[in-house]
Amino acid sequence: MHELPQTLLTGLALGATYGLIAIGYTMVYGIIQLINFAHGEIVMIGGFGALTIWLWLPSNTSLTLAIPLMLIGAVIASVAVATAAERFAYRPLRGAPRLAPLITAIGLSLALQQIVWSFYPNAKKARPFPQISGDSFQLAGNLHLQRNDIFVLVAAPICMAALGLFIANSRTGRAMQATAQDPDTAKLMGINTDRIIVLAFAIGGGFAGVAGVAYGLRIGQVEVLMGFILGLKAFTAAVLGGIGNIYGAMLGGVVLGIAEALAITYVQDIPGMQQLGGGGWANVWAFALLIAVLLLRPQGLLGERVADRA
Amino acid sequence: MTALLEVDDLKVAYGNIQAVKGITFTVHTGQVVTLIGTNGAGKTTTLRTISGLLTPQSGTITFDGQPLTKTPAHHIVARGLAHSPEGRRIFPRLTVAENLQLGAFLRKNPTEINKDTERAYELFPILGERRKQAAGTLSGGEQQMLAMGRALMSRPKLLMLDEPSMGLSPIMMQKIMETIAELKSTGTTILLVEQNAQAALSLADYGHVMEIGTIVLSGTGDHLLHNESVRKAYLGED
Repeated sequence: MHELPQTLLTGLALGATYGLIAIGYTMVYGIIQLINFAHGEIVMIGGFGALTIWLWLPSNTSLTLAIPLMLIGAVIASVAVATAAERFAYRPLRGAPRLAPLITAIGLSLALQQIVWSFYPNAKKARPFPQISGDSFQLAGNLHLQRNDIFVLVAAPICMAALGLFIANSRTGRAMQATAQDPDTAKLMGINTDRIIVLAFAIGGGFAGVAGVAYGLRIGQVEVLMGFILGLKAFTAAVLGGIGNIYGAMLGGVVLGIAEALAITYVQDIPGMQQLGGGGWANVWAFALLIAVLLLRPQGLLGERVADRA
Repeated sequence: MTALLEVDDLKVAYGNIQAVKGITFTVHTGQVVTLIGTNGAGKTTTLRTISGLLTPQSGTITFDGQPLTKTPAHHIVARGLAHSPEGRRIFPRLTVAENLQLGAFLRKNPTEINKDTERAYELFPILGERRKQAAGTLSGGEQQMLAMGRALMSRPKLLMLDEPSMGLSPIMMQKIMETIAELKSTGTTILLVEQNAQAALSLADYGHVMEIGTIVLSGTGDHLLHNESVRKAYLGED
């Protein structure tokens, strides 16, 4: 079992990435009950935003300097596209039957893929993302921390803590909670709920931008279709944690990431299941976990039952 | 004397169904005016339209001398109009204190807000005891007190109360009605929608009886309380 700590650490880095993306699903769902299926593409756009900055920088720029600039580029690109999607794709459908914005989200997801594929230089194949070079850090005997994983392990807790403080303590954060719980009554309090909805998309977009950089660093490349499975996994994480709950999203991400890493490492050791182990089966185990949670605890790990509106 | 609220020939529809079919009434400063009537008479629709949550088909709403129609809902409270909605609609997962603070969302002066919060706790001592509790854990009557306290936190010129006694025990209902009387005695202008006609009319200076979207009868509270058809239809007498 000497590889267990290493598996957990790998799972944690993977899960933190899922968690960052899951926040976007859960914030938007919490406020307008929309599953924004284009959110995976917002992550992809963040990745390309960061890549764009990297390509602009002089080729000898050190990554220590470049990463913060790439992060800013990623966040700007993701927030811009996420809020534009809200304004021009979803807002006109406010009040329409729920299926309409859902189908719009799926269409938007395809449209964003096609736009990047058609117009971003050389995006028809995966584009290499800069990597932090150097050996991994040896934390203990057999436990190694990859340099490229450090980014997400630092960024995710900072983003999460900042968001938690903002929502619990700021005036706008309280207005967000009120809007999520009862939008009409929030309007009666004088809250501009349109602005709160834009803010939810913007925060989700910002986190997606951070996740886009994290993904690029971990995988070493960005590509047009990266948002699809990443978005689906993060959506799984959001449901797993209890959709609508921001801490649930992060917890769901970490649980999912660790479960995936454990499954990849250990399933093949189970007698009779040798052929079900390894990376190829990772998605199967992730979605099996989702099905199990939906059967046993449909509201998710931290979710509340919806019937609390008197 | 000009009215604080003037509703003139207001018509509201949900799709093809006309819920309010041209009603006219006024509320003067210092008055308690009540709209009574059965379920589906259009009382709640009227209040939700005044608040900007619904858009009228036609007609005008004038508040404090200015037109109110076409003002978005989130600007209405700043004009001095607070709405305590049907079903109380407190924010269940926020605390009592946070709910009250949201009532003062657009106000800037923290000292004044704190003073008004303390006043709400004086008016409803149980809210003071439960200030740190999630509002969803309160009893129905306590939630109603919170909804009223929250509406008062904006220091409204006009307080609109929609069915404050709905679903409450007789004792709690009496307590709520006493509070409304107390607010009236301090000069608060109130537009009260109620199914409990007896209680509402005893409090009100003026009342209007609504039936399927129209006002069928108007008069002073006393007058309506002694009107035979009102007694038959709404006060359960033969």
